[in-house]
Amino acid sequence: MSIAEPLSTTLFDVRKIREDFPVLRERVHDRPLIYLDNAATSQKPQPVIDAMNRYYEAENSNIHRGVHFLSAQATLAYEQARSAVRRFIHARSDREIVFVRGTTEGINLVAQSYGRSFLREGDEIILSAMEHHSNIVPWQLLGDQIGAKLRILPMNQDGEIMVERLDGLFNERTRFVSLVHVSNSLGTINPVKQIIRKAHERSVPVLLDGAQAVPHMTVDVQDLDCDFYAFSGHKMFAPTGVGILYGKESLLDRMPPYQGGGDMIRSVTFEKTTYNELPHKFEAGTPNISGGIGLGAAVDYVERIGLKNIEAYERELMRYGTETLTRIDDLRLIGTAREKAAVLSFVLQGIHPHDVGTLLDLEGIAIRTGHHCTQPVMQFFGVAATSRASLAFYNTTEEIDALAEAVRKTIKVFR
Amino acid sequence: MSDVRELYQEIILDHNKNPRNFRKLDQPTCAQEGFNPLCGDHIHLYVRIKDGRIEDISFEGNGCAISKSSASLMTQALKGRTVEEADRIFAKFHELVTAPMDQPVDTAELGKLAVFSGVREFPARVKCASLAWHTLRAALDHKEEVVSTE
Repeated sequence: MSIAEPLSTTLFDVRKIREDFPVLRERVHDRPLIYLDNAATSQKPQPVIDAMNRYYEAENSNIHRGVHFLSAQATLAYEQARSAVRRFIHARSDREIVFVRGTTEGINLVAQSYGRSFLREGDEIILSAMEHHSNIVPWQLLGDQIGAKLRILPMNQDGEIMVERLDGLFNERTRFVSLVHVSNSLGTINPVKQIIRKAHERSVPVLLDGAQAVPHMTVDVQDLDCDFYAFSGHKMFAPTGVGILYGKESLLDRMPPYQGGGDMIRSVTFEKTTYNELPHKFEAGTPNISGGIGLGAAVDYVERIGLKNIEAYERELMRYGTETLTRIDDLRLIGTAREKAAVLSFVLQGIHPHDVGTLLDLEGIAIRTGHHCTQPVMQFFGVAATSRASLAFYNTTEEIDALAEAVRKTIKVFR
Repeated sequence: MSDVRELYQEIILDHNKNPRNFRKLDQPTCAQEGFNPLCGDHIHLYVRIKDGRIEDISFEGNGCAISKSSASLMTQALKGRTVEEADRIFAKFHELVTAPMDQPVDTAELGKLAVFSGVREFPARVKCASLAWHTLRAALDHKEEVVSTE
């Protein structure tokens, strides 16, 4: 019996949107691909693929240095992408938009450049209990280098941050807060605005890991008032190997370069180097030009669909997915926060997630199984791993029905 | 492969549900912890060697059906074998789960272990199937550190 019901079609036409994503026409194990691994990486729409191809076919050249026509074209395309991102996250200025390889590099940049400049031995950094390893390890590296300590903001059994514990964690040595905006393994949307306000009352800057937020919701860095915001292109329909670090200009200005090399300098002698202006100070070496252009195209694409529409559609899809999966006996959702986005993490009684992943794969369904680079989260919930279905706006209720049916089949095989 | 049962054969499902030699061993001559960080498979392997022969072998731990049944079937296959025989069977087993699809694998010596022939179609699962074996190799070599498949 199908329990699928069409979602409101006034938002947008999901069938039509799916046509923009060539990979969704693929078949896996002789079945139509059902791609539910969007939190690992999202698929790319044709306009993004076309923009990158156009660069390589018609504009390929290095940027920011050539006087020739192609270099000017490529520079323009790359800098337009930066402006598109600035608009997308509502930053004040292009100077606050630093191209990096991804969220991980963005966080490492802040930990090393800001951290090593402004933190001292005995200082404290607050992280949450649901951070991705990429927002834990850079701070541990910094801690080893300078003798700073980590303090962990706990979560409850629903996977919600216990904001009421925050005041108790702050002290006169607190120098930084780094926090995930939307959890990759639980889907929790954290009350980041409230946390930022509390940190700012104590003049402590806040970095948000926005990797799982930007594909799903409007992000306004000025409204949030975060000091840094890091995200990856590839989780928001752009290519891999490119991401963004937003930083308030006043902070970026005071920070030393992260890496040295070409493009980040104003003048170099063997005695002294002066650095380029923002954001180029943080962009040493030839960047991922096609990736940046692809990211700009992805921003344009998402804006054309409209984040408000995406949010509304995905909220319905999440509601449907949560209801459908929780009807399955022996299935336990991991992550049941009131505010959630796009992630359905679950365990099946007595069946290892890797076996679930393989059985679903045989049905053409791609999910992620494992610890999702959040081992502390797994330890908290007392599981070695979970199965995670993660959604994007091109997913459908029919795909969720197929997921539920495949999960039921998996349970039968192992009973 | 279209049928689930080609990978998850009945014998694998059975050993997953009722793993054999699933206990701690009294007075092992070597013991080893093995870990597959990718999926969290975790195994403690115990071996008692006497006169170059595996007198007893057992394991404890958590893992997926492939890793658990592989450990279980390994203990059954190796009890009473010499260390040299164990090494030879490991080499055969390794070939079984890693050989290219178009290459026939001689399963004569493998007995029940041949049920893992479907694993090579799933590169992500090879580590699950071979964790117990890598752990055994380390145990026999008396390596102190925890074995990791990464």
